[in-house]
Amino acid sequence: MTVNGHERVADGVWEGESLLSVLREHLGLRGSKNACEQGECGSCSVTMDGVLVCACLVAAVQADRASIVTVEGLADGDALHPVQQAFLDAGAVQCGFCTPGLIVAVHELLQREPDAGEASVREALAGNLCRCTGYEKILDAVRLASTAGMGRA
Amino acid sequence: MYCDLMTAGLRPSTWAEALALKTAHPDAVAINGGTDLMVEINFARHRPPVLLDLTHVAELRHWEVLEAAEGGRPIVRLGAGVTYTAIVDDVAELAPGLAMAARTVGSPQIRNRGTIGGNLGTASPAGDAHPPLLAARAVVEVERATGRRLVPIDEFFTGPKRNVLAPDELIRAVRIPVADGPQQFSKVGPRNAMVIATTSFALCVDRSGRRIGTGIGSAGPTPLRATEAEAFAGEAMDGRWDAPGPLAPDVADRFGELVAAAASPIDDVRGEARYRRHALAVLARRCLGWVWSSLDGAGR
Repeated sequence: MTVNGHERVADGVWEGESLLSVLREHLGLRGSKNACEQGECGSCSVTMDGVLVCACLVAAVQADRASIVTVEGLADGDALHPVQQAFLDAGAVQCGFCTPGLIVAVHELLQREPDAGEASVREALAGNLCRCTGYEKILDAVRLASTAGMGRA
Repeated sequence: MYCDLMTAGLRPSTWAEALALKTAHPDAVAINGGTDLMVEINFARHRPPVLLDLTHVAELRHWEVLEAAEGGRPIVRLGAGVTYTAIVDDVAELAPGLAMAARTVGSPQIRNRGTIGGNLGTASPAGDAHPPLLAARAVVEVERATGRRLVPIDEFFTGPKRNVLAPDELIRAVRIPVADGPQQFSKVGPRNAMVIATTSFALCVDRSGRRIGTGIGSAGPTPLRATEAEAFAGEAMDGRWDAPGPLAPDVADRFGELVAAAASPIDDVRGEARYRRHALAVLARRCLGWVWSSLDGAGR
């Protein structure tokens, strides 16, 4: 499995264990959050071979040999990815639990659709729940990232 | 370029291989998008002895249009591994009712993974794909290593989360007649996104076949057809399948009543039986109004 551009090996994984568990418990990548475990909340969102998925719903056997990008793979060293920076600048982070999944989802959206309109953004983020912000600041962050062409990075 | 996750599990890369593995391991549980099965596993409700991962079987991701047999209509044939995202992107013109339903499934993350074959395999009464498949009179291709059988969709579901599959069988594809008339799908739930239907309804006008098709979701032990409502609406067309004229309110109301009467809902966490029947009548008469006016408006 390739994770954030690096080949990674995980030992002792049961085939039905989730990709989320592989990332968090076997590979120590705790950015992707574990909350609902049923695909409802989006806090474990990652891309698998370029497709946005809930890591909790991918069986380990299915992720074998895939290329995974998690929130840890977006920043360039200490320099935050522009989508991450936009979340900070817009004040779109409160407790922060939903933030990694949202950042991965926004990144995937803006790569696909750099000038995504309001309706597309709302549709694209419909699977990412936030219980703090009321979403307005998150939508501001997406606009900020989009306006600056940040999704292309 | 890869690491072995050191998992077991069966990972066929061709359909023939998948069938052979299912014959050799009838207790293996097929997994496609995992959007139902992984929830069962994550919550330790179910620990399959072995998983049969179908996501690398290229044939299952493929869809095609089959030319019409004599006297018939062209058929859109969707491999079991076609995702909801692909249905929305690729076959909305050919199977509009199914595409409408696919748009209401979960979230982008779920639509990217969930598949039509997985929906049929789970066979939940609430599966969003089922009502439009019933309305369009789809046929499920069920296969084992020794041969294939074609199961009409209204014979496919045998109970709550049960279907006709034998332990050595897998779902290969779904065949849906290419739309020849308007189709509609409507669903009720507590919010717009990420909703499992409290109840849902699909309607399909088949102009050349002179038939109205219906499908009811989440209001019975299986997805259901409302056959009396279908016959009633067909008669109400009165032979004017290209321009039926204005829809009389009493016809719409009666259609709604017949659809509600065909359901056998229960009280559960998502809604009461009484509410489901009421909502179904509303959805059904709205859908009938929509298809009626699109027949009248565009002549199609």
